[in-house]
Amino acid sequence: MHDERFPGPHRRGFLAATGAATLGALALTGCGGSGTERSDAKGDSTPRRGGRLRAAFAGGGGSETLDPHLANLFADAARAKAQYDKLADYGADLSAQPRLAEKWEANKTLDRWRITLRRATFHDGRPVTAADVLYSYRRIADPGQAFRARASLEPIDLDASRATGERGIEFVLKRPTAEFPNVLAAFGAYIVPEGAGAAGGFDKKPIGSGPFRFVSFTPGRSAVFRRYDDYWDGAPHLEELEFVVANEESARVNALLGGQVEYAHELNPTTARAHESRGQIGIVRLRNSAMQAFCMKTDRAPFDDKRVREAFFLIADREELVDGALSGAGTVGNDLFGKGYEYYADGLPQREQDLDRARALLKQAGAEKLKVTLDASAVAAGFVEAAGIFRDQAKKAGVTIEVKLGSKDSYWADILDNGSLCCYRSGAMPIEAHISQRLLTDSTTNATKWKHKDFDALYQQAQSTRDKAERAAVHERMQRRLYAEGGFLIWGFADWILGTARNVKGVATEAPANTLDWARFDKVWLA
Amino acid sequence: MSGLRSFVARRLLLGALQTVAVVLLVFALTEALPGDAAVALAGDQPDPARIAAIREAMHLDRPAHERLADWAAGLLHGDLGTSLASGRPVGQYVSDGFGPTLLLATLTVALLVPIGFGLGVLAARHEGRLVDQLISSVTLVVYAMPEFALGVLLVTVLALRLGWLPPTAVGYGTDLLGHPSALVLPVLVLLSRPVCSLSRLVRAGMIDALASPYVAQARRYGVSGARIRYAHALPGALAPAAQQLARTVDWLLCGVIVVEALYVIPGLGTVLLNAVAERDVPVVQGLAVLFGVLTVVLNLGADLVAHRLAPRTGVAA
Repeated sequence: MHDERFPGPHRRGFLAATGAATLGALALTGCGGSGTERSDAKGDSTPRRGGRLRAAFAGGGGSETLDPHLANLFADAARAKAQYDKLADYGADLSAQPRLAEKWEANKTLDRWRITLRRATFHDGRPVTAADVLYSYRRIADPGQAFRARASLEPIDLDASRATGERGIEFVLKRPTAEFPNVLAAFGAYIVPEGAGAAGGFDKKPIGSGPFRFVSFTPGRSAVFRRYDDYWDGAPHLEELEFVVANEESARVNALLGGQVEYAHELNPTTARAHESRGQIGIVRLRNSAMQAFCMKTDRAPFDDKRVREAFFLIADREELVDGALSGAGTVGNDLFGKGYEYYADGLPQREQDLDRARALLKQAGAEKLKVTLDASAVAAGFVEAAGIFRDQAKKAGVTIEVKLGSKDSYWADILDNGSLCCYRSGAMPIEAHISQRLLTDSTTNATKWKHKDFDALYQQAQSTRDKAERAAVHERMQRRLYAEGGFLIWGFADWILGTARNVKGVATEAPANTLDWARFDKVWLA
Repeated sequence: MSGLRSFVARRLLLGALQTVAVVLLVFALTEALPGDAAVALAGDQPDPARIAAIREAMHLDRPAHERLADWAAGLLHGDLGTSLASGRPVGQYVSDGFGPTLLLATLTVALLVPIGFGLGVLAARHEGRLVDQLISSVTLVVYAMPEFALGVLLVTVLALRLGWLPPTAVGYGTDLLGHPSALVLPVLVLLSRPVCSLSRLVRAGMIDALASPYVAQARRYGVSGARIRYAHALPGALAPAAQQLARTVDWLLCGVIVVEALYVIPGLGTVLLNAVAERDVPVVQGLAVLFGVLTVVLNLGADLVAHRLAPRTGVAA
């Protein structure tokens, strides 16, 4: 019963992942952005100092914490971003941009990286030093803990890494890693002061080096922060920033319409459509935020035959899926992760529905009258709808799909090893991180069971290639292979939708969820 | 009076057993659910090694009976245990959520009793006439409306269209008394259904009582109409209403999830919803104990009131 009353988006937001996130999107705002990056595109105001902005997010109730390394929900990530910095963060194309790290430099073999920190201070005035960075990373990597970013930091040999000075660090890696800056930008890899992790330290008076300093926090309700005037990237325009928690989308919208908050995260496409033209609130669409896919397990029947996989690629009518399952709030996919991101192979032809060819392929593979179970769940917006639409599309190619709805709370663990076909989605992360987490033989969340030694070798080759153009070529080879016979049927990329009050300016419009400019409030002001 | 005392003792004992049964059932059901707190926490990043590490950090790798025994032992010392998800004491979750819920429940009941009884008596007095028909049909319509729909409707009209009231209590936290206007809509929604059921019950009870032989007898003695209605007929109609009221209070206290979610009120319903989603068994158990005890006590109270008001009807233990 409650599933009907609480549909849709999901207190446990899908945070992309251990790896990374990108910015890469363009979005319109109510006040008329024309593809420029921020919502003040028309220049109708210059940044104004002062004021308190209240931002409503879906949260995690009483178990929320300000420990940035425990960040798991969008609300956690947004709070952590206000208070802390990472060494790097993702730009609009999901390439790593320097933040606390002023610059980085690799040795010839790409397995030693020298990082120089910029001059930055924590909120109590202490400088951010190499020791703080090493402390933070060692805390995240602690095998006794289960911090989300631990897997991302895995390439670093922390025992061998050392400080070379107050602001210099030499990271020793276990293997060549050309995209090492992505590791520095990993989700949850925040820099905290040395010793900050001592018992209860984050809940009482947390200290970071981010744009806002701590004022008060009540788990599941509200967190208040104040401008940090000495922030290295320039003091925020806002005087105060408050995060409030409202798990229901309708509550967030109502609070925004009623003037109780100025920023509402995660809105439904229908809400966005209803308000986009009315002008009462601004609607921001962060494009390419969420990959939407069906995931075929390539190690078992019927998908161990690549002709069957290709037939499924051809069964999908992507426009219909985007219109039906995402209410039109998205763009079609081409069976490749990371549309618009760095290294994305955009030269490949757009896949279109071709039922005749699909039927022929299935016949060749001896899989006529195929029956498949498609696992879905209400765990993410649009999954159930997408499953229903795809079932009808498959019927036209003679494939019988039975949709099976599973538990919301254990869905991601359930589909990892079970079944053969399931609904899937992912937040933004660099293409390299998507591959390393999901498509290598030893990947921890390899839901398509894509295990090919030669593919692993290509990935290693990319990571050992110094020259960027050559590296891009290797990435393209990997993607061509996935496009031809991979297990991810990536049919679309959903917009991430935000609502803002009319007087909120400076909200980035090209920032897929999880990137630097997403939920970034130090560049926002109240007109 | 010893009969009454043994009745109370029996009911309390039964209540304690019921509470234990509820807790065991909750534990068994949460165990039977697919996935555990570690799986729920891992979310879309179900790296098996990470799940195992979380499980170990939460001590979920220990057998279920050991965890249950530990928890029950703590309970005997008044310790509700600690949350799996945050490591904070469960007692704190309960006390944090109790305030807003209690406030909503108190306000609702304070309005519910006069309105519900008033409407019921009014309708009974005018049985079959326009006022009765009006009250009966309006209460039926409102009763048939799901709270969620009514809540959305009220927000749209009263808060967003007319701007008379704040649409949610977002950001006010537990300081709801400091923002009384934010309480109006949730209390209206909470009132809507109980007022209808209560007034209809009172109306029916009154009509029955007014038609009863003892009222007819009182009339023959020339007792005034008002006195008959309030001293003779109403108490008879009160017994079922009191029991209905107890169930309503129970429902209000045990967290009215829809209203809390819609208006962002951080009460027990919200705590429960989050705890279930996170498979935070100790919190769910703590709430189950609390709800169990509340239900038992309130129903006992209602039965005693009913016993007192209408001894002739006989109260089943």
